[in-house]
Amino acid sequence: MSQSILISGGTLANGKKSDLLIKDGLIAEMAEKIEDKEAKRIDASHSIVLPGLVDLHTHLREPGREDAETVESGSRAGVKGGFTALSAMANTSPVADTAGVVEQVYRLGQAAGLLDVFPIGAVTRGLEGEHLAEIGAMADSMARVRVFSDDGHCVFDPLVMRRALEYVKKFDGVIAQHAQEPRLTQGSQMNEGIVSSQLGLKGWPAIAEEAIIARDVLLADHVQARLHICHLTTAGGVEIIRWAKARGISVTAEVTPHHLLLTDELARSYDPVFKVNPPLRTEADVMALREALADGTIDIVATDHAPHPAETKECEWQEASFGMLGLETALSIVNKTMVETGLMNWEKVADRMSYAPARIGRYEHQGLELKVRAPAHITVMNPTQVLRVDRDLVASRSRNTPFHGMELPGRILATIFNGKLVFEGGNA
Amino acid sequence: MRHLLSIADLSKSEALQILNTAEELARVSDGPMKKLPTLRGRTIVNLFAEDSTRTRISFEAAAKRLSADVINFSAKGSSVSKGESLKDTAQTLQAMGADAVIIRHSASGAAQRLADSQWMTGSVVNAGDGTHEHPSQALLDAFTIRKHLAHGGDDLTGLHIAIVGDVLHSRVARSNVLLLTKLGAAVTLVAPPTLLPVGVESWPVKVSYDFDSVIESVDAVMMLRIQLERMTELFFPNAREYSRYFGLNKDRLKLMKPSAIVMHPGPMNRGLEITADSADSARSVILEQVTNGVSVRMAILYLLLAGSQEIGASE
Repeated sequence: MSQSILISGGTLANGKKSDLLIKDGLIAEMAEKIEDKEAKRIDASHSIVLPGLVDLHTHLREPGREDAETVESGSRAGVKGGFTALSAMANTSPVADTAGVVEQVYRLGQAAGLLDVFPIGAVTRGLEGEHLAEIGAMADSMARVRVFSDDGHCVFDPLVMRRALEYVKKFDGVIAQHAQEPRLTQGSQMNEGIVSSQLGLKGWPAIAEEAIIARDVLLADHVQARLHICHLTTAGGVEIIRWAKARGISVTAEVTPHHLLLTDELARSYDPVFKVNPPLRTEADVMALREALADGTIDIVATDHAPHPAETKECEWQEASFGMLGLETALSIVNKTMVETGLMNWEKVADRMSYAPARIGRYEHQGLELKVRAPAHITVMNPTQVLRVDRDLVASRSRNTPFHGMELPGRILATIFNGKLVFEGGNA
Repeated sequence: MRHLLSIADLSKSEALQILNTAEELARVSDGPMKKLPTLRGRTIVNLFAEDSTRTRISFEAAAKRLSADVINFSAKGSSVSKGESLKDTAQTLQAMGADAVIIRHSASGAAQRLADSQWMTGSVVNAGDGTHEHPSQALLDAFTIRKHLAHGGDDLTGLHIAIVGDVLHSRVARSNVLLLTKLGAAVTLVAPPTLLPVGVESWPVKVSYDFDSVIESVDAVMMLRIQLERMTELFFPNAREYSRYFGLNKDRLKLMKPSAIVMHPGPMNRGLEITADSADSARSVILEQVTNGVSVRMAILYLLLAGSQEIGASE
């Protein structure tokens, strides 16, 4: 029997005040005022009580690059950011393209025990885009993989993409596409536009992303399969998704916190902490992404948390690795860009960061509404407390946060996973 | 001025100060004693991570005429993957006590990375970074144009200059667009659409795809080096076609104003972007650009390192 927890004085996503009593991994009671002297009490006054956040796009780097992150350190970063489930991308070394590797990652997640780690399987063997990976075996494995992605690489060959979309229908899976036309992005370094023309960094046109999205929604329509678009970044991509949804095509899309806040202007520093794939785009794109997330065209926020060791970022821009940390700052950035701007309320935040990602990934015990007898995956956040981002104080093994030095609105006070208090924020 | 990284960082008056200082230094260079004692005891490192004999020896000559100690550090292939990182190189130079580092690098932004990092404290001079900028080249070009065409004027107001060729990959073009327009000149870029960057519409220039329609009205034409591998990257069909539409040849030379000059940052591809007779014509100031390069680079090093000392002061 684990200790019971009493969250008192908080406000639920729907705006109602409610205390929550958590016992034996479940929500035991919800009422306006609960007294329990035995329970550990979490003071949630001035705070929002949300369903545990679910990330559909995380790079945990293990196996292979344990210098950058491990499943355990990534889990700690996750709970610090209010997540109770992560989805471990397949581009590890070895690649997660067999049942053996996804089961290893799954077991590592269980051993860390801080949150659910759901491995994502590769679409193609070795992420090489040619032969299908052992998709069925991964789906049937202990890890029960439902999301498949070659993230970092686009499944470029249209025939391979078609077959993958069709094949995963067998078990209601989904292909998460990294939309990047490879020929149009050879050697590309940043968004192609005014800033790249001045900086002399090779441009990465928006069309390279949009062309693949357009092709794949048509393929998904043709074979009646589920498609998910990773890290959407362009206003044009939003238009295509909007059109596809209006036609009833089964497509979902994600946006990262950094693409909701940052623009390509930051590349002017030539500091590779701002180098990311897909690249930071323009202010107009950022505004289109926010609007699309609010109106549901974009279904979810996913972090694309991408830890990298220092030496791959302390160098020339064109030599540096692509990617940014994201787990520990995600909710604060959504608060800043979506809630404080009046675009979304907390109910929508719960949907975009918990219910919807769990639905897309078919994570049955995650992303559930907070109610009595539901599993106790809970995030408590004070939206007005300031988070001062300091790369030297992150839980991740890497320091490549583009938000270093920023003051963001909102701090995680507590994260509860399966009824256990897995993170408790200080008042610092 | 602590570093020279980009023309964008210079005000018009700072740019003019460099040109005026270069003029004074050129006068000294023409005298019997070429060498000045100004930077005696200072250490200047030429960090060339990319081949460029002419820029390196130009900076070397400039530093030596100011009596600085010059160390040439050739670090070809300086990426993490290829061996020593830029950070390690910079920290090594710092440990050796470099007062200034002149850096040529294939990565855009490398000079700024060096200047913004905590890796070293000396001055950084950008001698060409990737496809970004080449500020000393633009300054020597402006110096040369002013000398020939400004009729004693301070800046380049009223002049029309065409920059012709591979603008997309040219650091010379980027620096010159910023500097020449800052100094009052009108600039037209002439190139096939494939060799102009997306975003060029935001630059303070006119753009033309038709060399012949521009050439009659220009005071100077600046030809850019075209690399033959651009052909295999599908930027144009073949060398002959490129020369036909965008090369400087005898026929085009005849269309130019009597006073107009021909420039090229070198090294030239004779027969490709410029014919031999154009390069060697009376309009050509290409070798003068080389000469002026030394004076302009002396001025840059002088202003960065000598502070308020007077030119020619004997101590």
